[in-house]
Amino acid sequence: MTDHHHDHDHSELSETELRVRALESILTEKGYIDPAALDVLIETYETKVGPRNGARVVARAWTDPAFRARLLADATPAIGELGYAGRQGEHIVAVENTPELQNMVVCTLCSCYPWPVLGLPPVWYKSAPYRAKAVKDPRGVLQDFGFELPPTTKIRVWDSTAEIRYFVLPMRPEGTEGWSEEKLSELVTRDSMIGTGLPKQPGEVA
Amino acid sequence: MSADRNAAQQAAHAVPGIPRDGDGPVFRAPWEAHAFAIAVSLHARGLFTWPEWASALAQEITRAQAEGDADTGETYYLHWLATLERLVAEKGVTSATTLTRYRDAWDRAADRTPHGRPIELTQSDFSG
Repeated sequence: MTDHHHDHDHSELSETELRVRALESILTEKGYIDPAALDVLIETYETKVGPRNGARVVARAWTDPAFRARLLADATPAIGELGYAGRQGEHIVAVENTPELQNMVVCTLCSCYPWPVLGLPPVWYKSAPYRAKAVKDPRGVLQDFGFELPPTTKIRVWDSTAEIRYFVLPMRPEGTEGWSEEKLSELVTRDSMIGTGLPKQPGEVA
Repeated sequence: MSADRNAAQQAAHAVPGIPRDGDGPVFRAPWEAHAFAIAVSLHARGLFTWPEWASALAQEITRAQAEGDADTGETYYLHWLATLERLVAEKGVTSATTLTRYRDAWDRAADRTPHGRPIELTQSDFSG
């Protein structure tokens, strides 16, 4: 669709994204749309944007130790095994949560956000104060989401670059022994893959 | 929020061809959801009725097909976006020239914004 140059030091918007932003800013200036209301509407489609291959990737890693090892060694070809490849999925790095370490990803601000893997970025990530707080006080951000980590758990924040997009491999919830990959993938939320939430618990899915 | 959601469901029923699953519209990319939400908002403002929108969108799709669009469903929201651009111009909300000016300004804003920072439009982006 576009041959937008691919420098790595500045932000990137596709031709189509430029047109959508142009419309949005004109209509906002003229009072035809309210950006906050638009965000609320769009957020209701969180799980309806993109194929969310990330949930499948996580569920496979939970059930297949060899795949998990390949994923952590080099995520891009491992994700490719599931049939997913694409410009925005290039150079993906998977970071694994453990009882001692919680990973959290920031930077969802431009085209580099890997939505084919993760789904729609959270609206709050676009807000500068939240973003700043995520870098300075990640534990506080997690608390804002009602997500209390033991004080002994370290938090590591990954700031995506134009070359590298991170996603979090969350810990498999307890009580899911013997679950199929498909059923497990239903537990994997967008927030658990950017590290601002936990996967759903077994009781939360039918 | 539920009012918005209802408005969106209404749109999905009134406009043929919207890619959807059992719950409602699905999108291949975030910008598609934005384009959808803009149309829902403009409809709520009374800028057009859904039958009017559906007719304009159908014209856009017919035109694109005549120009060789394979109409595989992947381009649905490109037609949707073109329809938005056409209708806002026809209704006198803005003009094609202004749309282009803002598009170019956003391009400059993206170019000068270091990666990972919010891309914001400033007055200086309009002169380049």
